[in-house]
Amino acid sequence: MKKKRDPKNTIDISRRNFLKATALTTAAAALGGCGTDMKDFLQKHFKEMTPADKKEVIARLEDKYLKKYGKEFSISVKEPLDGTEFAYALDISRCIGCRKCVYGCVEENNQSLNPQIHWIQVLEMEKEKGVDFLHSNLYYEHEEVPHQGHFYLPVACQQCKNPPCVKACPVEATWMEPDGIVVVDYNWCIGCRCCMAACPYGARHFNWAATGLDKEKVNPQVHYLGNRPRPKGVVEKCTFCIQLVREGKYPRCVEVCPVGARKFGNLLDRESEIRYILENKRVLVLKEELNTQPKFFYFFAT
Amino acid sequence: MRVSRLHRGIIFFGVLFYLLPTRVLPVEPPAGIQVPPPPLTDGIFPCTECHGEMEPNRERRVLEDAHDDIILKHDEKNRWCLDCHDAENRDMLHLADGRLLDFKESYKLCGQCHGPKLRDWKQGIHGRRTGSWSGAKKYLLCAHCHNPHSPKYKKMKPEPAPEKPGGLK
Amino acid sequence: MNFLRFIKESFKIILKGNKYYYSWIGFLLVLIIWGATGYIEQFNEGLIVTNMRDPISWAFYIGNFTFLVGVAAAAIMLVIPAYIYNWKPLKEVVIFGELLAVSSLIMCMLFVTVDIGNPLRIWHMLPFVGKINFPDSLLAWDFFVLNIYFFLNLGIVAYLLYTLFYKKEYNRKVLLPFVLFSIPMAIAIHSVTAFLYNGLAARPFWNTALLAPRFLASAFCSGPAVLLILFQLLKKFTNFEIKDEAIWKIAELMAYAMFLNLFFFGSEVFKEIYSDTEHMVHFKYLYQGIGENNDIVFYGWVSVIISFIAFLLFLIPKTRKNIVTLNLGALLIYFGVYIEKGIALLIPGFTPDVLGQIYVYRPSMTEIRTSVAIFSIGFLIFTLLTKVAVAIIFEDFSIDSIQRRKRLD
Repeated sequence: MKKKRDPKNTIDISRRNFLKATALTTAAAALGGCGTDMKDFLQKHFKEMTPADKKEVIARLEDKYLKKYGKEFSISVKEPLDGTEFAYALDISRCIGCRKCVYGCVEENNQSLNPQIHWIQVLEMEKEKGVDFLHSNLYYEHEEVPHQGHFYLPVACQQCKNPPCVKACPVEATWMEPDGIVVVDYNWCIGCRCCMAACPYGARHFNWAATGLDKEKVNPQVHYLGNRPRPKGVVEKCTFCIQLVREGKYPRCVEVCPVGARKFGNLLDRESEIRYILENKRVLVLKEELNTQPKFFYFFAT
Repeated sequence: MRVSRLHRGIIFFGVLFYLLPTRVLPVEPPAGIQVPPPPLTDGIFPCTECHGEMEPNRERRVLEDAHDDIILKHDEKNRWCLDCHDAENRDMLHLADGRLLDFKESYKLCGQCHGPKLRDWKQGIHGRRTGSWSGAKKYLLCAHCHNPHSPKYKKMKPEPAPEKPGGLK
Repeated sequence: MNFLRFIKESFKIILKGNKYYYSWIGFLLVLIIWGATGYIEQFNEGLIVTNMRDPISWAFYIGNFTFLVGVAAAAIMLVIPAYIYNWKPLKEVVIFGELLAVSSLIMCMLFVTVDIGNPLRIWHMLPFVGKINFPDSLLAWDFFVLNIYFFLNLGIVAYLLYTLFYKKEYNRKVLLPFVLFSIPMAIAIHSVTAFLYNGLAARPFWNTALLAPRFLASAFCSGPAVLLILFQLLKKFTNFEIKDEAIWKIAELMAYAMFLNLFFFGSEVFKEIYSDTEHMVHFKYLYQGIGENNDIVFYGWVSVIISFIAFLLFLIPKTRKNIVTLNLGALLIYFGVYIEKGIALLIPGFTPDVLGQIYVYRPSMTEIRTSVAIFSIGFLIFTLLTKVAVAIIFEDFSIDSIQRRKRLD
């Protein structure tokens, strides 16, 4: 006859406990070993951080950037200025398609060189056809610009008042700040790219791989929501150089444009250039029928 | 006609006051538009160093003895040098009504023909913007970007095209 | 009645089988390991190892996800006649439909997870703990409805099998509300997935109100195709019993869904060609090509043609009742809709992109490997669950049979 086994006593207690102990120790070691990674992983959404939280996050990031790029970074979390709503105007009678704005922006905003990310995309269009995206050329290469019979339309984030990307994001990683800039919290973005499908202007770009920056040329004056070096797997886009405009300066593209085609200012300031343009020039926005209400205007100066 | 001494005095000072601002004193810049120094070629200023001694030759011609490096392509069928440069005082420019103009205010001269551009420039929407969107505007003279003798913008070589994502036709 | 006991005993069932069973499981495991090692590269390097780029930011993974949501929704095709009309021949087989839904949903959730750039941050989507953008974001809605539908189906089928295992009658009053609720949920999951696309004003190819009805019609005609083939296989290899009438009924319902699918497609074709706006360029890319770019024209036409052939095969009673043409039709409609919801949906939506540029996409090896791994995981789960279900329903696997065997020991 088979010996009846008492279920409680037949299990080898020491072996079970040994296995339990091993599992727990391994887990603890793994967690303890990646202390900062754990803090990164559990980091809160930017809008829910207290000033103390922000300080801690900045310290951690500055440390990380110092180790990676060998430069002292200064990460700002400057709030929007009171009474500002930024807008941009681009004079398409002046743009010659030189792309200096593209590369100025790349340098100022620490865009990845490899794989290449450009926040500004300059489209070459035919004067005869007018603003017609289907017949435009992003990859034009000429000896000299402007090329005969063509005009140029640089496109970047339009900082819409009714942004479809903000609607689409499932985790609220992107939102519109009170001064009108649509920003991304790079440490909250999960990389689902819903916003990229939603953007009608192709303004949002994805970090398909880890950013490849030139250590010498890295710009260490950054804003948390703007031009700080981004991790892989997150979306980025033009932020009107949030690190500059909130300090009262012009975005880099405005200053770099050799023909003065780019204008920027505060919509709420009656005396600003941008108000003058909107009130006096022939202004258009791209894809107006989509009701995105962009704050990026195109105009013809003459 | 017998003119009294008083009336002669009045006429004399009246003419003086009329001529002084328009022929002698330059036009004052309006408050606010500060510009960097005009982009004059090195060593060329002051012009009176050479022209102070010379007789002005008002005959329209192509210059051969000096300034032959200047190519005039600015409505050259209808305009030539002395339409902008003052014949008597080469250190100054002059407006259509004869008033003298310092090189620092050359924009007023350009604005005589290019009125809408001048209006836009004063508002800050023509020309390069640098500095602060909220503070005092930094202006450049027209001459800083446009060569007044041949102002047409030269074409330039564009920066490289973006890389095509793999597989683009 | 001990639920854990039921799980334990069911687990034993899946470990037993004949040589076909083991070789099938072995084959799937090999594919899973091969595929998973491909995914590890993607996890480390980033999504650059796929061929998705800024112009086409969703492709193979999301295409598969969309198709599988349709397959999951199709389980309800069987629920409606079975439970509402109490149609006996379909009752037993509804369980398999729901098991298919559960397996498809697991695959759906895996496809979304491998597609996102930071999978570890997926907790950001959880309500309260994270910051879910509800009700603005359609993906947030999808998160809710997919999870609800998943747990609903899992719960219903577990309950049914569990009661059968213990040879008890299931409590219809308790079960019916959940079953009834799963019908609008099935419609919800696929409508919400469709809304994810058609809410995007930036993409005119998708920005049509007809997209949700099209999705549902194509789901209802392709999902049951899997079940049709499955039932015939089970009939051959196990004690599975299903009347021919039941199979023909499923095929007939599929034919109606196929008609609707083709009609909706025809409506889209009319609108594009007659209105003749610039938005037609996406449609043109799919069926004609633009200039030299005609990479997916073949797939566009294949999908239409085989869907139409399948429709005819299922419509005509003679071909519907013929075992060869029935299975041929099932395969054709499955692949027709696979293309329609995959390549023929994603790629033309993104080509030309919003700034008029064209990027030619082909899935990379990593994407293929990862997708194979996920499909294999789904197939594996479905196989294991089906084995348990077949044992309980048709092979008299129950608490009694276990106790009988123990007494014999």
